[in-house]
Amino acid sequence: MSPFSLLYTALAYAAILVFIGGFLYRIWVYAKTPEPLVIVGTPGAKTSLGTAARLGMDVVFFTSLFKGNKAIWIGAYVFHGALCLIIFRHLRYIFEPLPEWFMYVQPIGIYAGLAALPALLYLWARRLLHERTRYISSFSDHFALLLLIAIVGTGLLMKFAVRTDVVAAKAFILGLVRLHPVPAPVDFWFLLHFTLVLVLLVYFPFSKLMHAGGIFFSPTRNQMDTPRSRRHVAPF
Amino acid sequence: MADIAVPELDGHIRIPLIHEGATAHYHTQVAGPEHQKPLGYPGELVDNWQEVAINKLGEILETNKALKVFMDICVKCGSCTDKCHYFLGTADPKNMPVARQDLLRKVYRRYFTLGGKLFPKLVGAEDLTEKVLDEWYTYYNQCSQCRRCSVFCPYGIDTAEFSMAARRIMGEIGKGNKYCNEIVNKVFTTGNNLGIPGPALEGTLEFLEEEVKEDTGVDVRFPMDEKGAEVLLITPSADFFSAPHVDSLVGYAKVFHQAGVSWTVSSYASEFANFGMFIGDFHAMRKIAQRIKDMAQDFGVKRVIVGECGHAWRVGHSFWNTLVGPWDFLDQRYPVPQHICEFTYDLVQRGAIKFDKSKNDHRVVTFHDSCNVARASSMGGFEGGQFEIPRALIRACCNHYVDMAEETIREKTYCCGGGGGLLTDDLIELRVQGTLPRAQALHQVMDSHGVNFLALICAICKAQFTKVLPYYGMDMEMVGGVHQLISDAIVLEANPEI
Repeated sequence: MSPFSLLYTALAYAAILVFIGGFLYRIWVYAKTPEPLVIVGTPGAKTSLGTAARLGMDVVFFTSLFKGNKAIWIGAYVFHGALCLIIFRHLRYIFEPLPEWFMYVQPIGIYAGLAALPALLYLWARRLLHERTRYISSFSDHFALLLLIAIVGTGLLMKFAVRTDVVAAKAFILGLVRLHPVPAPVDFWFLLHFTLVLVLLVYFPFSKLMHAGGIFFSPTRNQMDTPRSRRHVAPF
Repeated sequence: MADIAVPELDGHIRIPLIHEGATAHYHTQVAGPEHQKPLGYPGELVDNWQEVAINKLGEILETNKALKVFMDICVKCGSCTDKCHYFLGTADPKNMPVARQDLLRKVYRRYFTLGGKLFPKLVGAEDLTEKVLDEWYTYYNQCSQCRRCSVFCPYGIDTAEFSMAARRIMGEIGKGNKYCNEIVNKVFTTGNNLGIPGPALEGTLEFLEEEVKEDTGVDVRFPMDEKGAEVLLITPSADFFSAPHVDSLVGYAKVFHQAGVSWTVSSYASEFANFGMFIGDFHAMRKIAQRIKDMAQDFGVKRVIVGECGHAWRVGHSFWNTLVGPWDFLDQRYPVPQHICEFTYDLVQRGAIKFDKSKNDHRVVTFHDSCNVARASSMGGFEGGQFEIPRALIRACCNHYVDMAEETIREKTYCCGGGGGLLTDDLIELRVQGTLPRAQALHQVMDSHGVNFLALICAICKAQFTKVLPYYGMDMEMVGGVHQLISDAIVLEANPEI
């Protein structure tokens, strides 16, 4: 392996480790921090099933955001929905062999990519142009959007505009996954795309992107509204 | 009335363009040593206040999951930016919930996150300077902790948690707010917020007995410190001495009379309100709650029933069991505590009390959901009971009832503008402006349905609206309690049979 490939492979592993370790560490901190009081937002569910349903609705449909602002909801929902489908399509680079049905459904990831880009641009435009949103934005808020725009943009470029050796790309990623690294393909657009993803992974646990995961620990959403009938005991 | 410009009401709630610094000069008085020390806080700003503040913030982050998670996961989507009544009423961008949170978050990022330590400018992190402390003091004392922002947040981030934490930190470094601290001290020393001594309370209750006897010809009792009563009534002390609050107290007494249930108030624990919550001080909150538990045990009552008070209902309903529970010495067939509305509702359901609804025919009533009842507690043991039960009570005793606009009631209700420990004349401009969304919604139903009575179940709402609605050209007499309506329509018998 060339020194470049060696270095790149090392960096890729480092990024993945930072992501997994950082994410788990943050979740562990959230999980272990005590909840002094019942502060569930009411009306809240009186059963654990109902509480799970409430939280689930917020996770899957962004119900609170829908209540709050339809203009943000549509951008956020299209983007997150598309992101799920894009990640799903990318499973083809991680698994081998692939089941036959996967071949029939995976093209949906392409349309998702086409939807994600305008959704991200719309959210960024809001951040730049909408007075109140601009006021509350700092550089890091723009950065997260720009990074995602660049990742989706380079992905779409490789699909529609520039030729990439996807077989070599897959071999490289499978090598990483199977802990038998093979040289990274020397392909500008692929390396750019993949590097940006590594940046995103490293950035993730240190940033507001922790809302994925963090939402499950929000006491106003995940507590049950039964403080009178079930005593909540807290150490303080 | 102070000279405060208010817009002409037209029934529409508008989102203003931002006006930087619009409320930067609104200040509530800083507590002096006499109001700091009894809470265990330093008398004045300590020399190493930055260090103490950062340590305290770190301690809260380690012991309060909500604050820790909320610090990290806000994505700055902007959903909350037009949800705060103080922003809508003042246009000051630091009254947007996320901007208010960021005053604390930027310090958190600077001292507790890698990004903030390395690249403060890029992630919106800032040193804790005197300027930042001033912003904290100004804007965390302009949050009524009403939780409306939290409803619309995709993650349920609650700005109240930030303002409670910030006030706690400020107390610990010697910069508490006088209004809240003084009231907490009064409860410690006299048993209630108003500082009413026992004999004065007794005199008031005797006077009320005579009044009701004169009005109705029925002997309705107002007992104090009677051991052996079945029910201990804990109610905000405003119910004893303020108008229109006292009319609701009369209502509770009539309901107890008609139900044939013996009850008493306590001169030692003559306060339901618990301002310990507003300043984020669990110890003060627990100490105030403990007084009530002690009396319940001392009197040997079977039940604790509480009067019309919003934030105190949150403390009672959601916190008492944690703070001073268990309450296993009480009759477990009833919830602890039980809200007077739950108690009365149960009687109405069973047909145990009757109303002459025509007594309220001169009124067209609307109901203002108080924030802490609507978004921080519940009633009746079913989801949304806190909305249905008070409305059911009003409908049971009034012929004319109408709701305000959907987006201004129930879980989306607007704060009265005086909650969260801001009910002080120091903040009168903020209070008047913060009422704007509620005033618009009220104006609309006054216009369309001739509403002339605003029914409430919160002592702060009652005091706030009586004071600020006149600025909008509304009559302070239109404000009153749900149990005031009950009181006016309940059919009393000399010796009711239950």
